[in-house]
Amino acid sequence: MTAPAQPLTLAVEAGTGGILLWVVLPYVVLAVFVLGHIWRYRYDKFGWTTRSSQLYESRLLRIGSPLFHFGILVVLIGHIGGLLIPKSWTEAVGMSEHTYHVSAVVLGTIAGVCTLGGLAILIYRRRTVGPVFSATTRNDKAMYVLLTATIVLGLAATVAANIVGGGYDYRETISPWFRSIFYLRPDPDLMTGAPILFQLHALSALLLFAAWPFTRLVHMLTAPLGYLTRPYIVYRSRDTQLGARAPRRGWERAGQGR
Amino acid sequence: MRVMAQMAMVMNLDKCIGCHTCSVTCKQAWTNRTGVEYVWFNNVETRPGQGYPRRYEDQDTWEGGWKLNRRGRLTLKAGGRFKKLIGIFANPRLPSFDDYYEPWTYDYETLTNAPLQEHTPVARPKSLISGKDMKISWSANWDDSLGGSAATGEQDVLLREVSEKIKLEFEQTFLFFLPRICEHCLNPSCAASCPSGAIYKREEDGIVLVDQDRCRGWRMCVTGCPYKKVYFNHRTGKAEKCTFCFPRVEVGLPTVCSETCVGRLRYIGLVLYDADRVLDAASTPDDTGLYEAQREVFLDPHDPQVIAEAEKAGIPRDWIDAAQRSPIHALINTYKVALPLHPEYRTLPMVWYIPPLSPVLDAVRDTGHDAESHHNLFAAVDALRIPVDYLAQLFTAGDPAPVDAVLRRLAAMRSYMRDINLGREPNDTIPKSVGMSGEQIYDMYRLLALAKYDERYVIPPAHAEQAHKLEELATECSLDYEGGPGMGGAGRSPSGKGGGRRVGGSGPFGEASGGAAPIAVENYRALHDRQTSDTPSPHRQGQPRQPPQLGRQGLPTRPLPTQAVRRRP
Repeated sequence: MTAPAQPLTLAVEAGTGGILLWVVLPYVVLAVFVLGHIWRYRYDKFGWTTRSSQLYESRLLRIGSPLFHFGILVVLIGHIGGLLIPKSWTEAVGMSEHTYHVSAVVLGTIAGVCTLGGLAILIYRRRTVGPVFSATTRNDKAMYVLLTATIVLGLAATVAANIVGGGYDYRETISPWFRSIFYLRPDPDLMTGAPILFQLHALSALLLFAAWPFTRLVHMLTAPLGYLTRPYIVYRSRDTQLGARAPRRGWERAGQGR
Repeated sequence: MRVMAQMAMVMNLDKCIGCHTCSVTCKQAWTNRTGVEYVWFNNVETRPGQGYPRRYEDQDTWEGGWKLNRRGRLTLKAGGRFKKLIGIFANPRLPSFDDYYEPWTYDYETLTNAPLQEHTPVARPKSLISGKDMKISWSANWDDSLGGSAATGEQDVLLREVSEKIKLEFEQTFLFFLPRICEHCLNPSCAASCPSGAIYKREEDGIVLVDQDRCRGWRMCVTGCPYKKVYFNHRTGKAEKCTFCFPRVEVGLPTVCSETCVGRLRYIGLVLYDADRVLDAASTPDDTGLYEAQREVFLDPHDPQVIAEAEKAGIPRDWIDAAQRSPIHALINTYKVALPLHPEYRTLPMVWYIPPLSPVLDAVRDTGHDAESHHNLFAAVDALRIPVDYLAQLFTAGDPAPVDAVLRRLAAMRSYMRDINLGREPNDTIPKSVGMSGEQIYDMYRLLALAKYDERYVIPPAHAEQAHKLEELATECSLDYEGGPGMGGAGRSPSGKGGGRRVGGSGPFGEASGGAAPIAVENYRALHDRQTSDTPSPHRQGQPRQPPQLGRQGLPTRPLPTQAVRRRP
């Protein structure tokens, strides 16, 4: 049930604007995301934390935080299913477009509402609980704006497309464009025809990803999945390196040089 | 057998006067920063009392430590790996500021800035969390010396466990102080709870540390530690805990809390243990069996087989020597007077306590009887269930027998030594009645009452002396070299330590010329000598304290050193 492309778009054809938005920007964002994380990990391991505020307030957090996090995890899985897995694959296993669409919309809406509800609770808490608010940095505020904008736009795009337009098959346009970036054969034409809300959602997400390595969101990349497999008690030797600084080249102890 | 070395501590509670010097110096050294205002790596609790954080011993609420599951296997009380990850977004068992206390400062500025007025201005308490005015209603040390215990004493978790009689007799109360630091457990549940694997146990000395670069602030360690000795720094978003002052211990110095302890009640030393037996010991079916099980894990450092295995495991020879001289080994395994704190948490804690005899002594004294007579004391230990049951809740999971035995040994030491000190014929039936020899009692007395710095703290330096020297570059005086102008003239250090290094104080025209050496320079020198000397103590160089059970040749059967004897004229 492919609906006709909505008339209101940012650029009708992939002109210079289209190339800048859908080819240049994604690659810049990708580079910033990857290099930014490497830079942050090398130079700010100490700042790499969730910066939990549970000690200040836990009543609202206990509801808001799991609601938001589990919601956004389902949203993430939904995006992987929608963007990375080609339509032909789901059809090959016998899943019709209609089945896919209905399940995606239902699950996506529930998860989206959970996420947005959780986020609302968390933002309310952050603003109203004194100690939490005073622990909020400008970086945090900017991140919250981007995060909220992305989630609201994404949810709005889905809702608008399904209520107003009777559904939009992003797997014909947005998903191939997304994959084309990673094939290194970017096709901006696929995006220029997408509805404005989807375009705005994609743009705000790109901005969010660009800011990601420099915010507290980095904690996602170190989700402690290794805990499931590592032994309970970790033994570590005292640093073999002598002193707090690494020895200069040529001054390593005998037997320790590479 | 897999031999590992563990740096451990024993505290003699009879000597603790509750002065909180350890807490204050520790705080100045380690937690005098924003984000950890509420954190006390070392705190002193009054018992009976709630402790810090409030009621931390109530593991039904906090779910700290380990438990045995239905199949008898050791599991984390707060749930396994999967449950931890599911609950990672909001830890349901995290103590709040209400349980610790809301840290505050005072608005001192008002005192100087206030305009002229009828009433003296007042520095009001301001919360360090919200910055607002606050009413101080609780702190880490609120019920000090039973202050307010009439209102809060009933909240003591241990009183719930002991008999009704104790609660009724709470009015005729007893009290003692319990200084607490991180236990540096053999089976640390904080480390096991850390999703990131940031908390680790050092292979060399068993000190449990948080890798600040790997901690992501998931807060599970705070729940996991049953002693609530891992804290969350709310500014940096990282967990922090007692470090056993590892930078000091590595150069052979005791921890700050020990160094500054006024009562000299802390002992530090090595214990060798068999890492292969840790899990079995922690899985002992019966809670009351855990004390004995943990003692079984410790190895005898005099056993040639243990020494051979330790050398195979790469433990340096001077560390094995230190383990043989260790006061910890002596107090735990030789004299058997030290007991672990809450062994029922199954973490195999490594800060042990000599339970206080003073509640018993006080009770006997109050009756008007001779509180130094072993007859009276033994009878009192048997009769006075109040302190004994309470101490058993703290140290032996409720089994009064080991506490009884320790108190009897301490009582025997008192009576036996009184005879010696008064120049009377020592009564050899007293040591026999507690299964010890007179010589052992005397050695125990020496360790508990007279032991000097180097006997209380037997700390072999880590083998990174070169690192220390490298780091010292920044702090050593660059003019301080042989013949240099930095440290005065021809003077040599009087003790000849450090190769007769120059000390300050001598001017160009020989000794005593020029001005007096600044105190800071002398202090610096003394500290430096101590930190860089090859042995922990120059006074007892090469004289390992002999294991008392082997006996000493050439000693009189009744050891009567002059300083211990007050002869009548």
